[in-house]
Amino acid sequence: MSGSSNLVAMKKVVQQLRFEASINRVKVSQAAADLQQFCMQNAMQDPLLTGVSSSTNPFRPQKVCSFL
Amino acid sequence: MRSPLVPEMATQEVQLNETLSHLKTESETLKTKLEEERAKLHDVELHQVAEKVDGLGQFVMKTRRTLKGHGNKVLCMDWCKDKRRIVSSSQDGKVIVWDAFTTNKEHAVTMPCTWVMACAYAPSGCAVACGGLDNKCSVYPLSLDKNENLAAKKKSVAMHTNYLSACSFTNSDMQILTSSGDGTCALWDVESGQLLQSFHGHAADVLCLDLAPSETGNTFVSGGCDKKANVWDMRSGQCIQSFETHESDINSVRYYPSGDAFASGSDDATCRLYDLRADREVAIYSKESIIFGVSSVDFSLSGRLLFGGYNDYTINVWDVLKGTRVSILFGHENRVSTLRVSPDGTAFCSGSWDHTLRVWA
Repeated sequence: MSGSSNLVAMKKVVQQLRFEASINRVKVSQAAADLQQFCMQNAMQDPLLTGVSSSTNPFRPQKVCSFL
Repeated sequence: MRSPLVPEMATQEVQLNETLSHLKTESETLKTKLEEERAKLHDVELHQVAEKVDGLGQFVMKTRRTLKGHGNKVLCMDWCKDKRRIVSSSQDGKVIVWDAFTTNKEHAVTMPCTWVMACAYAPSGCAVACGGLDNKCSVYPLSLDKNENLAAKKKSVAMHTNYLSACSFTNSDMQILTSSGDGTCALWDVESGQLLQSFHGHAADVLCLDLAPSETGNTFVSGGCDKKANVWDMRSGQCIQSFETHESDINSVRYYPSGDAFASGSDDATCRLYDLRADREVAIYSKESIIFGVSSVDFSLSGRLLFGGYNDYTINVWDVLKGTRVSILFGHENRVSTLRVSPDGTAFCSGSWDHTLRVWA
C-alpha cells in the first residue's frame, strides 16, 4: 500500500528534522572569530599564501644544471 | 457484492491520511524552527569580523608544470602523500600516475569504461582507486616493476547502481568512501569488498565528498544535484547536518583545514562557506561577472585562500575571510574540472577538459 510507505518515509523525514533542530549551535560571531584565528595562526606555514622562495619550493624554477 | 471489510479499510485509510497530514504539519513546523534557530545566531557576517585583518597583496602564481598525456578530458586528480606524485583520470578511460616534479608518467592503466570520473591515491602511496561509468570503484596496487600489467591485480571494491562520482580512502588503505549517481554514499572494506555502511538522504545524484581532517573525528561531507550539502557520521550512517542554500548542483565540497567548516562549489557560479558549529552558511564567494559553474574547490594550508576551478576555463582565488577575489588565473583552454592543493601546500594542481593538468605555485 503506497499509503503506508509514504507514512514510513514521512516519519523518517520528521525524525531527521527533530534531530537537526536539536543540535547545539554557536553564534556566527564566535564561529567567524575562530575561523579567523585559525587562518592567522597558520598563515606563516602556508606556502601559497606567503609565497615560498625558489630555494624551498620544489615547483618554482631552480638554477638549471648543464652537462659539461 | 460488497465486501464486509470495506468500511474498516475506509476507516484505516482515513486514519492513515490524518497521521500523514499531522506529520507533514510537524515537518513544516520543524523546518521553520530550524530556520529560526539558525537565524537567531546570525549576529554578524564573516567579512565584518575580518575587517581588521590585513588585506592580501598581489599574488604571483603561475603554471610551473604542464602534464600532457591524456587523450581526452581530465575529470579527476589526487595527490600522493609524498607531495610529488599525482594520479589523474580521464574520459578516455585512462588513469595515469605522474611524478609532478619531472612530469614523467610512472604508471598507466586503461579502465574497461570511459568517463573515469573519480580517482584517489591511497595513503600509503602504494595503490590508486578509480571508477566512473562502470558504477564501480576499483583499487589497483602500484607495482615498482614498470612492465607489470597493473590491470591484472585490479580489485573491484565498490558496487553502485549508477555512476561513481567520487571516491576517497579513509585514514588507511583499508577503507574507501564512495559517492554515486544513485543518490547514495557508501563505505567499503577494500580487502573483502564488503559494504560497511551506506548513507541515504540525498534526493538525487551525489557528485562529491570530502573526509573531515582526521583530528576532527569520523565525519564526511557530500554534495549533490539536490543542491544539498550533507554532513554524515561515518559510524552510524546518520546525516547530522544538512545545508541547502545553493541554487544548483553542488559539484565540489572541501573541509576547511580546522575541520570546523567546509566550502562548496556549484553550477550556480558561487562558492560558499558553511560553518559547522554555527550550523549555517557564513560566506558567499561570487561576482556578477562570474556566470559559469564552479567544478572544484580547495583551500590553501591555512584556510585563508580558496581556489575555485570554473567552467569558463579560469581559476579564481578568493580571500576566505574577506570574501573578495584576490587573483584570477588563466591558462587552461577548456573547463577546469578538478583542483587539489598539494599535501604540504606548496602548490596546487588543476585538471581540465583541455586534456592537461597544470601545477601552479
